[in-house]
Amino acid sequence: MTQPDTILKAEGICKSFGTVKVLKGISLEARQGDVISILGSSGSGKSTFLRCLNFLETPTSGKVTVHGEEILVRNGKPQNARHIETVRSHLGMVFQQFNLWSHRTVLENVMEGPVQVKRMPKAQARDVAEALLLRVGLQDRMQMYPSQLSGGQQQRVAIARALAMEPDAILFDEPTSALDPELVGEVLKVMQSLAAEGRTMIVVTHEMAFARDVSSEVVFLHEGRIAEQGPPERMFTSPETEEFQRFIAKVK
Amino acid sequence: MNPLDILIQYWPRLLDGTLMTIKLTLLGAVIAAIISPMFALIRANASPVAQAPLRLYISFMRGTPILGQLFLIYYGSGQFRPFLQEWGLWSFFRDPFNCALLAFALNSTAYQTEILRGGIMGVARGEIEAAKAIGMRPSRVLRRIVFPHAYRIAWPALGNEVILLMKASALASVVTVFDIIGRTRQIFSRSFDFSVYLWAALIYLCITAIFVLLWRLGERKLSRHIGAQSDSRTILNPPEGPKA
Repeated sequence: MTQPDTILKAEGICKSFGTVKVLKGISLEARQGDVISILGSSGSGKSTFLRCLNFLETPTSGKVTVHGEEILVRNGKPQNARHIETVRSHLGMVFQQFNLWSHRTVLENVMEGPVQVKRMPKAQARDVAEALLLRVGLQDRMQMYPSQLSGGQQQRVAIARALAMEPDAILFDEPTSALDPELVGEVLKVMQSLAAEGRTMIVVTHEMAFARDVSSEVVFLHEGRIAEQGPPERMFTSPETEEFQRFIAKVK
Repeated sequence: MNPLDILIQYWPRLLDGTLMTIKLTLLGAVIAAIISPMFALIRANASPVAQAPLRLYISFMRGTPILGQLFLIYYGSGQFRPFLQEWGLWSFFRDPFNCALLAFALNSTAYQTEILRGGIMGVARGEIEAAKAIGMRPSRVLRRIVFPHAYRIAWPALGNEVILLMKASALASVVTVFDIIGRTRQIFSRSFDFSVYLWAALIYLCITAIFVLLWRLGERKLSRHIGAQSDSRTILNPPEGPKA
């Protein structure tokens, strides 16, 4: 049974690349206000899993439910593929490499989704975009192009771009991994403020401090399966599995 | 003899030829520009089997001389006259201008397709994923993200192709189209004044120069987002790049 406040539900997600099984049946449920950190060593499938949630990667099999839209995948074929765009429009995504549209200004980047996908009038979309850019502290960069911004600034624009769609949940794919160390803080601060206002977030990350202090739930992936899962206090003070113990010992 | 004399006497014919050259080149390039985006998408995305006919066409157009293609259409169509008349196409192929235009458009389509395919393949995958991730439909992703980048990348090569086409259009004079070369030969056969060829060369040079200038303006407009502010930007001396 799906709880009434369930935002996103993934059931039995499997993914193979050729003969290599990357995900071996992962299920995850996010409720309103959950901040779920997904941890795991490289190759554990955490980014692939996140990309399966909005079908940037098509799972081999499994089911994803977002905003009442249920997409079932069998043998690598989504059963109702035309709903994929609807699902995506309800899920924001922030990438490791920012992926801003380099030929559009900062303001245009944030306006693009509301105007092109939600059919919002331009003037209204501009107000929305300006408010969001003010919120991430980039009100004085609105007319610049992405190539004129630092990585941290670009990632904050990317977060504003995701917020502009008013998503049910936001997926973060290692949002700070491509940043210089001194720029990580400004991005994490924005993410922290989103968590504080009750946004639902699923974050693939290497930032242990963020996972421990900000998230409401930690999921540890190991070799394509969920090895351990629970509230961060418990996970980090008394890890149950040997794999997670070894993992936190390594990253400390 | 003063080379200006021939210009004073024959300038209306040369002007007429110039307009014909421009008309032939522009129409050919525009027709190719309308068709090539679709072909380029097939080349960039379709399975090898599905794009086999297209590859055959492109190989033929790029692998044979454009003069041969022109002859094939102009003289070749005569061989099929009864058939073409039956289909009501004879009046089209009877006109040498139409034959030349068809040959140039077909030829340029092949080249523009390949140039644009390179542009499409050069678009950053991440930007396409970001567009998909906000729920954009595929057709809109093409229009808003893929093609703006692809044309920016392909722009210089496309300009080159139009210039080559403009010069190749001189071949049309062989099938009695009175373009710049056609008029020049006509004038020379009457005046035996060789300087008319110098004037013809000068006209070609002017057309090319003006075109290059316009194309560069277009390039600047398309490249606003790349290191926008400086004009002195070069590959070896780039503007201050983005900090990671």
